[in-house]
Amino acid sequence: MKHFLDITRETCPMTFVKVKLQLAKMETGEQLEVLLNEGEPLENVPRSCEEQGYSVLSNEPTDNDKHLLLIEK
Amino acid sequence: MNLPVDKKKISIVCFSGDFDKMVAAFTVATGAAATNREVTMFFTFWGLNALKKKKGRVATGNSLMARAFNFLMGGINNLPLSRLNFFGASPILMTKMMKDHNVATLPELVEAAHALGIRIVACEMAMKILEVEKRDMIEEVESVVGVATFLNESENSHIIFI
Repeated sequence: MKHFLDITRETCPMTFVKVKLQLAKMETGEQLEVLLNEGEPLENVPRSCEEQGYSVLSNEPTDNDKHLLLIEK
Repeated sequence: MNLPVDKKKISIVCFSGDFDKMVAAFTVATGAAATNREVTMFFTFWGLNALKKKKGRVATGNSLMARAFNFLMGGINNLPLSRLNFFGASPILMTKMMKDHNVATLPELVEAAHALGIRIVACEMAMKILEVEKRDMIEEVESVVGVATFLNESENSHIIFI
């Protein structure tokens, strides 16, 4: 099952907080798509997910300086 | 949730009961917890006001002095801004500015801290002075501890004093 989270309107620390809480609710093997801004969220959200043992499957730029991240729990 | 291999630890001493400093403490705490750190928040002295179950001004305690102090300090809704407080108007204005800029407000940060499982402990000595009991605190207060317990448990942590 694939979940989706848009954190482009969030600011630090809620960018990380929302991703962490969403991943905590999901089952192992489920995927989460995260739409995020460049800068702080793009630099730190993928890294923090990998540190927690989740896999970042893709990280693609979209329109308007945003990125779409695909994470598997 | 996957168990991280080597989780970094942070302990935050929340001494100040100022609104802005409490926002800073909860911002660091939630940011740290969300980025794979084990976080403990140790509330002492003025910081205890943020943990009171009653969020407004209540004369908690037995002695006249304690009741007066607790009433005047109030709870989390009465935390003053450390500068330019203007008799309590500024924290309300600041909260509006935070909302306008999509920045998490203090109640949202506190809620996030609880959801992230941040460990909340209260200082035994400060509670004794102010005659505040554990039953006067929010239920998320895990335990009431002394400084020795706090230091033992924070031995491999970064300690931040706010």
